Amino acid sequence: MPPDHEPGRGPHDHPHRHPQAATPPPRAGRALRIGVGGPVGSGKTALIACVCRALAHDLRLGVVTNDIYTTEDADFLRRHGVLPEARIRAVETGCCPHTAIRDDIAANVDAVEALEAEEGPLDLVLVESGGDNLTAIFSTALVDRQIFVVDVAGGDKVPRKGGPGVTRADLLVINKVDLAPMVGADLTVMEGDARRIRGALPVVALSLREDPSAAPVVAWIRSLLG
Amino acid sequence: MVLMAPVALLVLADGRFPTGAHAHSGGLEQAVDDGRVHDLGSLVTFLDGRVRTAGRTDAAFAAWVVRDAGSTPLAVVDREARARCASPTLRDVGARLGRQLLRTAGRVWPLPPAVPAAPQPGVALGVVARAAGLDHADAALLACWHVATGPATAAVRLLGLDPVAVHGSLATLPALTEVAAAAAAEAQRPLAELPGPTATLMDIAAEHHRTREIRLFAS
Repeated sequence: MPPDHEPGRGPHDHPHRHPQAATPPPRAGRALRIGVGGPVGSGKTALIACVCRALAHDLRLGVVTNDIYTTEDADFLRRHGVLPEARIRAVETGCCPHTAIRDDIAANVDAVEALEAEEGPLDLVLVESGGDNLTAIFSTALVDRQIFVVDVAGGDKVPRKGGPGVTRADLLVINKVDLAPMVGADLTVMEGDARRIRGALPVVALSLREDPSAAPVVAWIRSLLG
Repeated sequence: MVLMAPVALLVLADGRFPTGAHAHSGGLEQAVDDGRVHDLGSLVTFLDGRVRTAGRTDAAFAAWVVRDAGSTPLAVVDREARARCASPTLRDVGARLGRQLLRTAGRVWPLPPAVPAAPQPGVALGVVARAAGLDHADAALLACWHVATGPATAAVRLLGLDPVAVHGSLATLPALTEVAAAAAAEAQRPLAELPGPTATLMDIAAEHHRTREIRLFAS
C-alpha cells in the first residue's frame, strides 16, 4: 500500500527544506562570521550599517565587503555604522561576485583573517557579497551563517522563485516593506511564500528606513553569539 | 604517483582551482582603461607580450625549482625572482598569489617544509608542481598558461569579447609553447642566470592600478 499523504506533501514533492542547525558552529577562538547576500539595491549595506551601529558599543565588529568600495562607501559606514576604517576591508571579485563568496573564497578568507590578525580579537565579522541575482550563496568555509536580503521593490514573486539564498539562508530579510503599496507588492504573498519555502527557517520583514535599529536582525545575531 | 600526474596537471591548469587568482586580471584591467586593449586583436597582442615577459620569468623559475628538487633554499630562489620585478605593487601581488597558491595546493598535496610563506608565483608554482608529481616542463607550461588565461578571462568579463574567440586565441597562441620550451631548457642554468624580461609599461600601469578609486580586479 502506498503511504497516505496529502497532495504536494509526499516524499517526492518536498519544498527546499533543510534542517536548521540547533547551535552555533564551533568557532575555535575566532570571530563569528556572517555573510550578507542578496540582489543589488536590496539594502545589504544599509542593514550592515544598522547592525554595526546597534552592536558597536558592546561588540568588536569588522566588515569585509565585496561590493565596489569607494571612499564614499567608507565614509557612509563610518558615519552610519560607527565603524572605523581600519575595521572595513574591501575585496575585489574580478566581476564574479558569486565566485568570490562560493567557488573560490581565497581572497575573502585572506581579508577576514588579516582583519582579525590586525584588529582582533573580534566578536563578529560581516561579509557583504557584491550585489547579484538570486542564485548566490556563501561557502560554509567562508561564513558560519548567512543572511539573504531581498526587498519588496524587487517584486513580490521573488520568494516564490526561490534560489539557494531565499530557500537556504539562515535568515531571510524582506526589506523596504514601507514601499509595498507604491510598487504593487503584496507583503502577505511574499511572507507566505517565503515561510512555505523555508519551513522552520526564520523570515523577517522590515523597513530599515522606518526602523533603523534592525531589531529583529540584531536579536537573531545576538542569539548566535550566546 | 605516475598515474596521478596527468590529473594533477589538469587540476593545476584549471582556472577553477580555488587560489583566488580569478580576481586578478594580470594588468588587463588597467590596459582596458588606458585603451591599450579594446578588442580581440589587441588582446592577443597583450597576451603575447605577457607570456614573453612575466610568463618567461615565472616559467623559468617554476621549471628551475622543480629540477632543483629542494637543494637550494627557497628563500634564496625567491630573492632572485623578486629582483626581477621592478614594480613593488607587482611584487606584493605576486607574493599574495604565491601565498594563496601554496595554501590551496598545500591542502591537496603535501608540500615540503621550509617553504617561504609568500613566494613569487613562479617559485610557488614550482614547489606545488613538484609536490604534485609533475616535471619541470609541465611546470613551465602551467606558468605560461596562467599568465595568459588570467588576462584572457578578465577581457571576456570587462569587454564582453566572444568567449569562444578568446579561447581559440589561447589554444593557438604560439608564445605559450615557445616560452614554455625555452624555460624548460633553461632549468639547468645557474639560478643567477635565469631570465627576467620586464615590460616597463606593465610595471607603471600596476602602480597606477593600485591607487585607483574603483577597481573590479585586485591587479
